[in-house]
Amino acid sequence: MSLVADVVVRRGSLDLRVALRVEPGETVAVVGPNGAGKSTFLRCLAGLLPIDEGEIAVDGKVLDDPTLGVCVAPERRPMGVVFQDHLLFPHLTALDNVAFGLRGRGARRREARVAAAGWLERLGLGTCAASVPSALSGGQAQRVALARALATEPRVLLLDEPLAALDASTRVAVRAELRRHLASFDGMRVLVTHDPVDAYALADRVVVLEAGRVVQEGALSEVAATPRSRFVADLVGVNLVEGVVVDGVLITESGARVVIADAGDGPALAVIRPHSVVVSRRAEEGSARNRWATTVAGIDRRGDRARVVLEGELPLVAEITVESLEQLGLRPGDEVHAAVKATDIEVDR
Amino acid sequence: MPRRLPVGALVLAALGVAFVALPLVGLLWRVPWSRAGDVLADDATLTALRLSLVCSLGATAIAAVLGVPLAWLLARVPFRGSAAVRALATLSMVLPPVVGGVALFAALGRRGLVGQYLDSWFGVRLPFTTAGAMVAQAFVAMPFLVVTVEAALRQMDMRYEEAAQTLGASRGRVFWRVTLPAVRPALVAGLVLAWARALGEFGATITFAGNFPGTTQTLPLAVYLQLESDTGAGLVLAALMMVVSFAVLVGLRGRWLVRGGGAVIA
Repeated sequence: MSLVADVVVRRGSLDLRVALRVEPGETVAVVGPNGAGKSTFLRCLAGLLPIDEGEIAVDGKVLDDPTLGVCVAPERRPMGVVFQDHLLFPHLTALDNVAFGLRGRGARRREARVAAAGWLERLGLGTCAASVPSALSGGQAQRVALARALATEPRVLLLDEPLAALDASTRVAVRAELRRHLASFDGMRVLVTHDPVDAYALADRVVVLEAGRVVQEGALSEVAATPRSRFVADLVGVNLVEGVVVDGVLITESGARVVIADAGDGPALAVIRPHSVVVSRRAEEGSARNRWATTVAGIDRRGDRARVVLEGELPLVAEITVESLEQLGLRPGDEVHAAVKATDIEVDR
Repeated sequence: MPRRLPVGALVLAALGVAFVALPLVGLLWRVPWSRAGDVLADDATLTALRLSLVCSLGATAIAAVLGVPLAWLLARVPFRGSAAVRALATLSMVLPPVVGGVALFAALGRRGLVGQYLDSWFGVRLPFTTAGAMVAQAFVAMPFLVVTVEAALRQMDMRYEEAAQTLGASRGRVFWRVTLPAVRPALVAGLVLAWARALGEFGATITFAGNFPGTTQTLPLAVYLQLESDTGAGLVLAALMMVVSFAVLVGLRGRWLVRGGGAVIA
């Protein structure tokens, strides 16, 4: 009882080969830079694009097999899709958007609407039922799209960059919400994203795709231990700080204090991107509300950028240009100060 | 500070307005208004008006039933010779309508290429009938619908159709519930344009369907005939046609072509 996909597609300049197995209750993130073939892979799973070779099967039922001439139409696949930009039908209300899939699967108008209202309620959208998509906020539209996909009770949920259409300020909150809703769906989930943080927050396992090939896959911790490419290094290089928020300050287990801009107490995960860490020799005055005394543990030059591994009460990775690296004359063992603006820190709950 | 408008362009634009407005004003100036009531209440006028409405609406229906699938074919299905088919589909826009009428006659007349079989197999005769007038008008009017709807279908974001498919919608359901609503402003605009063209149709109608009061003599034909025999009555009818057409365009064109166009899913 799982999703098994072995996909070979050649289209134009793209030569895609991906093999993937997803168990029920599991979320697999397909990550990779733009143009790696992630969305193409998802379209194959959904049946929107025929595969050239391989096989796609759900719970043992074959959906695609070119050698047998099997290619089940999208409308007959047990899959729900949350599209990038949500793609809510602009001429229908939120309620009718959710009811659309139920109607398509043979439900009567009344029962479809009742069921759709139930889904909106479950996702906290009860008051938006009569709104048209243009009147919804980005986060609401995202939830309506999720409700619409879940309402057909698919076995597999496919999410194509579900957070890309949102602005940075709402993304964090919507991501946390999405994680809760995904947990309540007991089927198989495949998430396509170019944002490593999405993968960290939402997935059990990652498959890293570059130029149509799987370059690495496994549990996040495994991939983090041995990054095999620049993209993977970036992926695992994101600083993740776990702790408990008290009065706008996140306190880690080791006692480090991280000032965040996001209010609200409780356990949280802070995301500090390496390029937002400022490294300096002296403790300078400035607008950054976070400063930590650290020691340079290692330097990794990649092209015109350098990743500086910092040790101290809060271990961090900073990404700076090679120019600044030389200007500062950093060597392993040097004592430096790391600074981060509170507004540059994303918080996930 | 408001931007200064270019005077030269304004003058030419004003001349343009005058150019299209003057004939209307001239006509209204010549109309013998004292006779307007009598002419408009005349049975012959009302018959022609009614026939015009029936024929133009029938022609619009034909154009919709055949034109929308044709627009879809041109917009969505790549095939060899699609350029030739598109040219064919819009040919009657540039053809003199009389030529269109003659061509229709050669194809659908009683001795025509197809018409002879319509007659001998089904007993259907189109020339010189109301149905024939509708066919002639549809022939001339359909390209307006095809061109408008095809453009909208091309502009439309097809990912919405894919989303509908993943939600279990059959092809028919996708078309009726997603595609058509998405191109609705263009469809309405196309229908209005086709209807307006059919309403004013003269050459193809008179050539293919003739000029029989009550069966094929539509308002434009009545105007032409009256101008020959009774100029005053003809002018009243001509003014009636202008007013009707103008009212339709003011009422619908502004709404569907300008503002409605923005509602197309892009």
